Parts: sequence; structure tokens; C-alpha cells
Amino acid sequence: MDKTQNNKAWFLVLPVLVLVAFSAVLPLMTVVNYSVQDTFGNNEFFWAGLDWFDEMLHSDRMWDALGKQALFSAIILAIEVPLGIFVALNMPKRGFWASFCLVVMALPLLIPFNVVGTIWQIFGRVDIGLLGHTLAALGIDYNYTSDALDAWATLIVMDVWHWTSLVALLAYAGLQSIPEAYYQAAKIDQASRWAVFRYIELPKMQGVLLIAVLLRFMDSFMIYTEPFVVTGGGPGNATTFLSIDLVKMAIGQFDLGPAAAFSLMYFLVILLISWVFYTVMTNLDKAEGK
Amino acid sequence: MAWMAWTLPTAAFFGTIALLLVIFTVLAIKYPETPRLGLLRFETTRGDRLFITLLGSGFINLIWLATMGAPLWGALALCLVYAVAVFRWV
Repeated sequence: MDKTQNNKAWFLVLPVLVLVAFSAVLPLMTVVNYSVQDTFGNNEFFWAGLDWFDEMLHSDRMWDALGKQALFSAIILAIEVPLGIFVALNMPKRGFWASFCLVVMALPLLIPFNVVGTIWQIFGRVDIGLLGHTLAALGIDYNYTSDALDAWATLIVMDVWHWTSLVALLAYAGLQSIPEAYYQAAKIDQASRWAVFRYIELPKMQGVLLIAVLLRFMDSFMIYTEPFVVTGGGPGNATTFLSIDLVKMAIGQFDLGPAAAFSLMYFLVILLISWVFYTVMTNLDKAEGK
Repeated sequence: MAWMAWTLPTAAFFGTIALLLVIFTVLAIKYPETPRLGLLRFETTRGDRLFITLLGSGFINLIWLATMGAPLWGALALCLVYAVAVFRWV
């Protein structure tokens, strides 16, 4: 199926374009300007050329933070995508319970990021939190404020709690669009449950799953609020992701230049990965249309 | 615009990108094209190839800076070669 192409439609996105120009493009240009200069405040700037880029490219601290960020994204994707699919496969297809499940699943998505952080910050505390207290009562030595592994586990479980619903809802939407005839044909062929999943459900979910992976990747790769509220980047630097470190550097130390330089590299990486996803998605669309 | 801390080089940088966008828009209107299948095995238009060129150039410059250091004239020359290759084969 060919999609209708009409370039006049671009005028309809003009208001958004103006808005994005003010909220994203101009600030981004400012970041580029900052990245080649040094400042001590007072809106006075001194030319630094490529120095900040050079310094940041050889900065262990920033690469370490980027590595942590990438590891976090990889772990949560590896958990949330299979788990989301599993939940979607087991949700009722229609009736009261289908609506009920949808509403329950959507609930975590509606909670603001800083509230999610606060919920888990309290939930995990050993003295007053339900989770922390229970674990302590079971004899498990859990303390996310002093143990790096516990801090990571808390953040990962928090993200899985917050965002698996999104993957599940998208996968569910993909599953709902499969016509009943496919399942009937599979039944006639006496296909196993695995074969139905592998050759009918998974290919039909491919498009929405790619969107789910892209959304979860971008969000987790830029995650800031929740870990900042829960661990503040600690213990030590254990959960200081790149986003947190950049803010520390830019606002805490007022090193706008280096922070801007690394932000731009961060931006390029995100742009590259998003573009790869976008290209794969549009080509899948075209392949399906043929 | 003082808050944006403009400098001549960064203004020239954005000016070049803006100019490229204008040129490619005009080209797209005057000489509409059909997407073609290139080396990467997916369809690209002229705009796609410009994007691939600019994004790749960003990485070429960074890798050059990390390995060879400043100045970046060599990287710029490499980017031009890369641009020609992208527009010819991708």
C-alpha cells in the first residue's frame, strides 16, 4: 500500500516546528557556542577552540559515565522487552478484564518521573520503606545508599516497574491487530505454541516492538530524574550516569564548555542510533507494503 | 542574542548547514527525484544522503581529534571525500 504524499501537509507541522525551534534548536545552537568557549559567568566568553572536545575525548570520568549509561540501557532493554511481550501475550484479549488490565498497566506511565523517584527512594529505605524493611527482615543485607550493586538493582527494578507497561501496551496493540484467521490456520497446521509466537505473533509485532525499543532506549539513555532522586548518583559515583555527571559539571562546577562539548558527542550518538532505528522502521513499512 | 554567546566560527558553521538545507530544498523542488537503492541496501533520497554526510562528518571529526589531535584540516578533507562517496554510492 502506497502512502499518499502531499508536501502541503508540511504546513500543518509549522506550529510545532516553531515551538521546537524555541525549545530545542536555539538551545542546541547555544550549546554548540558554549562548547568552543570558556566562561566565568557574567555572560563573558573566551574563545577556547577545540580544547574542550580534546579534553573530553580523553576524559576517563566522562567515558566511564557514558559506559554506565549504556550498560543501564542495555540491562533495562534486555529485561523490559521480553517481559513486556510476555505480559502482553498473557493479557486477556477482550471483555472486562482486558480493559481492567489496560488501565492497571497504564498507571505507572502516568506518574511523573520525580514522583517515581521519590516513591522508590522511600520504598527501598531499610528504616521506613516497605521493600527495604522486608528485605532486611528476611535477612538480606540490602542498602541502596551504601552498596553499589543494591543501588543499581534498585534503579533497574524501578525502571522496569515504571516502563515495562509501555512495551506491554505496544506489544498488546500489535497482537490485537492480528486477524483471527492466522490463528485458525496455525491450528489446522497443528502449529506449536512456540511456532505461533515465532512465525505469526513476533513478525506482526515487529513494527511496534521497534518503536518500543527505540522509545525505551532513548529514554533510558538520557535518564536523569529518577536516579538523581533515588541515589543522587551514589554511592560514590556508582550510579552517576552521563546525564547526571553533565549536569554536575555544567551547573555544579559551572564548567559550561566541557559539559557542552560532551553533550554534543552524546547528542551525536543518540542521533546516530535513532537514525538507524528510523531507517530500519521505514524500510520495514515499505517491505510490508510490497 | 547575547545570551546565545555567538562566535564567528560557530555562526559560519550553522550558516553553512542552513545554506545546505536551502540549496537541497531548492534542488528538491526544481529537480524532484526518486529514491534510489545504494550500497547500504536501502532507499535514500538526496536529503537522506545529506543527513548521512553531516552525521558521519561529525564522527570523522571527533575520531580525528581523538587520534591525531587539532587542527582538523585533514578531517575536513576526509569529510569531503566521504561526502562524495556517500552521494555517489549510498
